[in-house]
Amino acid sequence: MSTLVKFATAAALALAATTPALAADTIKIGVAGPHTGDLAPYGLPTKDAAEMLIAEVNAKGGINGKQIELLFVDDQCKPEIATNVATKLVSEGVNVVIGHVCSGATKAAMGIYKGAKVIVISPSATNPPLTKSGDYPNFYRTIASDDDQGKMAATFVIDKLNAKKIAIVHDKGDYGKGFADFSKEAIEKSGKAKVVMYEGIQPGAMDYTAVIQKLRKEGADALIFGGYHPEASKLLALMNKRKINVPFIGPDGIKGDGFLKIAGKDAEGVYATGPMDVSKYPLNVKAHNDYKAKYGKEPGTFFDQGYAATLAALNAIKVAGGTDYDALGKALKSSVIETTVGKIKFDARGDAEGVGFSVYQVRKGAFVEVK
Amino acid sequence: MDSEYFFELLCGGLVKGSIYALIALGYTMVYGIIQLINFAHGEIYMIGAFVAFIVSGVLTLTGYGGPTVLLLAAVIAIIYAAAYGYTLEKIAYRPLRAAPRLSPLISAIGASIFLTNYVQLAQTPDFLPFPELITDFDFMEPFSRYVSSVDLVILVVTTLTMIALTVLIKYTRVGKAMRATQQDAVMARLVGINVDRVISATFIIGSALAAIAGVLIASRTGQINSAIGFMAGIKAFTAAVLGGIGNIPGAVLGGLVLGIAETLGAGYISSAYEDVFAFGLLVLILVLRPAGLLGKAVKQKV
Repeated sequence: MSTLVKFATAAALALAATTPALAADTIKIGVAGPHTGDLAPYGLPTKDAAEMLIAEVNAKGGINGKQIELLFVDDQCKPEIATNVATKLVSEGVNVVIGHVCSGATKAAMGIYKGAKVIVISPSATNPPLTKSGDYPNFYRTIASDDDQGKMAATFVIDKLNAKKIAIVHDKGDYGKGFADFSKEAIEKSGKAKVVMYEGIQPGAMDYTAVIQKLRKEGADALIFGGYHPEASKLLALMNKRKINVPFIGPDGIKGDGFLKIAGKDAEGVYATGPMDVSKYPLNVKAHNDYKAKYGKEPGTFFDQGYAATLAALNAIKVAGGTDYDALGKALKSSVIETTVGKIKFDARGDAEGVGFSVYQVRKGAFVEVK
Repeated sequence: MDSEYFFELLCGGLVKGSIYALIALGYTMVYGIIQLINFAHGEIYMIGAFVAFIVSGVLTLTGYGGPTVLLLAAVIAIIYAAAYGYTLEKIAYRPLRAAPRLSPLISAIGASIFLTNYVQLAQTPDFLPFPELITDFDFMEPFSRYVSSVDLVILVVTTLTMIALTVLIKYTRVGKAMRATQQDAVMARLVGINVDRVISATFIIGSALAAIAGVLIASRTGQINSAIGFMAGIKAFTAAVLGGIGNIPGAVLGGLVLGIAETLGAGYISSAYEDVFAFGLLVLILVLRPAGLLGKAVKQKV
């Protein structure tokens, strides 16, 4: 046992000793996320994406004449491990980190990166405060923030459906109420419409008549629902029975086959927000084909976002002409780039503009994107 | 506008109340005869709905439609549920008849958990779309803002069931035997009543009622799932206790009071606290009238 520890320590030291020699002629990018454990399926696709892309770039001579070196670290989505691996990456002198994957782990690691002035681009951390709080000027992400969905629903209802009196109903859960709250905030901020009703319902209850009656009494001209498909179908069935025809819009929790199956004909005309369909972008097609050629299967979750994050990092290094922290930040925020998730540019807080949700509507028993 | 809103809510509450009452009737009947809180009653309700779902699915595939499907589905659901109720009593409650009162209660909770998981494994843990077996009546069109067609059916069935049950228990032979069993099982046996058979009959009738409730309510909500029995059981139990457990008109009254209180509370205050109104009311009534609204306080014989 103790010899093993000694050996491992020696090996680690040897590794640490050899790296500074390389530092001069390579650009180091860290890739952090869950690479083992039960959440590994969320982290490995990003690792694959980075590996694939970097191999391609290195083969073409690297960036600004320098080769790129990737350092993979495994945080298992655990905040306490994330801080450890972040410290390791910083001590090895990385300039940019692709990751982390889970919001909790990302938050834990951000403090360390911020102090060391390391740019972090996450493919999947959707927690709103990561960008909105302004605490992490070095944080960027290639996925939409959780509150974007609520905002999307609110904007759609106000601008496209011209609703003036909006009712919001949620199932009191984290997901449903979160969506409802972000929608409410967006509606109130817009000043163009009023929230006439904001109600929680008991999931699994046998009847929601009171809520439906209230909806009619308040004269709502749109209903935003935060929750999952069983309650959504129950509400819709009751509304149709009582001949209440108010546009219904829900989050991606109802955008699926489960909802279509249960709600049946009640689903017709219902709106739902859901992640944008990016599979048509040329770069996305290329990345997927490359992946399939190499691994013989379809890439997993967050592959597109991981690929986009790596592209963004490479582009920033190229534009900045090096790895200077301020120059990199400026480059990220100023350049518009083609990625696997569409054409994106980072805003002042690090959220990608051009990434996000679309609104879908059920037409003839299938969800169709509303343009 | 406001009085109209009140009337709408009242109608909504009435319907909700009769949904509760429909399930509570079977609950309270079993309690009335053998003083057992049958926690598995909600699961029998769920099984009734599942059987109706399967039967109506098969019938629709073979080309039947309309009232035939409803009737056949209901009849088969009733037979199945009655069989489950009968078996349940034989396996889970009869061996514990002489045991302290807590033992069959624990057994009932066990049976409830078992049945939920059994359906989950044998069928599916997913939600399933329940077909609309009761189509809209044309004459209900002008009233649809207060009461829909399926609501009307539920109201009528609840009232009829309540009357039929009362008649059954008050005036028929088996009803008399039930009451005799309730008052003194040993004495009933002495005068030649087959107590075991009477208790079996009680479970069969109670389960049949649960199946009727299952078919009607699933047809209204449009979906079923292996877990729907739990909430139904809890609410029906509350309704039964509110009205005076063991008392048949009490179960209906309890259901209605509960439904109306929940709906008015949700309509005027907030639906997020619906259950708070329901259980708050229960506490209040039990403090003022410990035996429930229509229950008779029984003096403990020493």
